[in-house]
Amino acid sequence: MSEVATPVSGEIKFNIQVSDELTQNVKPLLHEIKHALESLIENGDTSIIDLRSIPLAPGEEDRILDTLGKGEVQAKLESLGLSEIIETQYAGVWVVTHYNDDGNIISRFIEVTTMPSILSSQTEDVMAAYSSLTLDLDENQETI
Amino acid sequence: MTDRINNKDKSPADLVQLEKSRLDKTLGETLRSQGISRRSFLKFCAATASMMAMSPAMIPKIAHALENARRPSVIWLSFQECTGCTESLTRAHASTVESLIFDSISLDYHHTLQAAAGHAAEEAREIAMEENYGKYLLVVDGSIPMDNPGYSTIAGISNYDMLMDTAKGAAAIIAVGTCATYGGIPHADPNPTGAVSVGDLIKDKPIINVPGCPPIPVVITGVLTHFLTFGSIPELDHIGRPKVFYGQSIHDRCYRRPFYDKGLFAETFDDEGAKKGWCLYKLGCKGPTTYNACATAKWNDGTSFPIEAGHPCIGCSEPDFWDGGGFYKALSMPTANITETAIYTAAGAAAAGVALGAMNRSKKNSAAAAHSDTTIDDLEK
Repeated sequence: MSEVATPVSGEIKFNIQVSDELTQNVKPLLHEIKHALESLIENGDTSIIDLRSIPLAPGEEDRILDTLGKGEVQAKLESLGLSEIIETQYAGVWVVTHYNDDGNIISRFIEVTTMPSILSSQTEDVMAAYSSLTLDLDENQETI
Repeated sequence: MTDRINNKDKSPADLVQLEKSRLDKTLGETLRSQGISRRSFLKFCAATASMMAMSPAMIPKIAHALENARRPSVIWLSFQECTGCTESLTRAHASTVESLIFDSISLDYHHTLQAAAGHAAEEAREIAMEENYGKYLLVVDGSIPMDNPGYSTIAGISNYDMLMDTAKGAAAIIAVGTCATYGGIPHADPNPTGAVSVGDLIKDKPIINVPGCPPIPVVITGVLTHFLTFGSIPELDHIGRPKVFYGQSIHDRCYRRPFYDKGLFAETFDDEGAKKGWCLYKLGCKGPTTYNACATAKWNDGTSFPIEAGHPCIGCSEPDFWDGGGFYKALSMPTANITETAIYTAAGAAAAGVALGAMNRSKKNSAAAAHSDTTIDDLEK
């Protein structure tokens, strides 16, 4: 087992209590991720697991994150509070954590996909960007 | 809501007009006008889906519905209550999400939070009712005294009259807290004020019961968000609670459940079992007969819930929990057969849980029928 996943920023605080494997939900969840990966490979199906919907004892969420570890990609989204999108050491398995303005976790998902949808540019934002850039170019022809 | 509190100098009519102009916008338009990107909106929807205990697969549907939702008018009435429900809600930990939700509704009356008082506040309520007749959402916390109306009045109006008058034009009613849903502590034996619940009085409107003493903040906002998102009430259980939050017992979702299945119990609050985190069933835990989301939604910034802090569940989301025979009296003792059966198979454990649940309900009802006062000795046991 690898070392406990180090957070991207100092604001992430995983549960500090470590207990015995109480609920025994850790292994089934890791197996579920394995099956989700299998489904992604074979059919291109993506999966999302909401960690807040599963009863976990103190320390068990840490154990899951510890086992998944960290991979090559770590991204931050700064809007409505911080979000961290981390690819685990298992390519295709991402941990997406959303925080509120106070730095508290409001949701945490494990996404099994080639690219979490929140990282992709959204059509509405792209259209707004096109309008904005067009306007800037028209208004500032001399200074650009 | 923030605007309403900040606009202290405006008259009730001006405030209602201000809100009405904002009501014309969809939530998507409102958020975009605030510079919130579609990506941020998706993040909000993901947190909302998690909060409402919905499948992550619902995130795109929530996004679509919320983008096109219009801001509903909400009138919040507080009767015989301790303000704990409002305290719970306003201290909700997912502040970003909650603030977005509250920016998405027009809270036209809440006498604890609004700046206006007395007759000016009542005028705001009456205008909001008239402007949004048949469409506003009515939220009620607190029970209603039916003995002497003077036990609880607002601006000289009895709780009963205000409830019946306001309920007439409501699209739906959300009863928040165990007092509004089942009478709560005012209804506890001997019920000196003749307290009744909202559901005891209103029979011709859809009522969503959100019990708890207080309810979990994200459960309150989750129900509001469900109404905002889908414009309908969520699926309810036999006593009017949303199944999505109250569909499973605390016992079934408790991380200490494996100790119960193995027959490992704390016998006192300071014995080895307590130190090892064993099941609190014998210390009076009402988890087996209590349906709520505490074990997964948790409290205090998602830190823990009573059982995780070492205290048995007191069953606060169930009717008449005050009269259940004592918070520290065990519901019933599990038999050796149940324990042995449960150890061997998960199916066995589930079956045992069902059987024991029936026993526990029976015992709880007996305790309520032969009500005995909880004494200081009970608390010290």
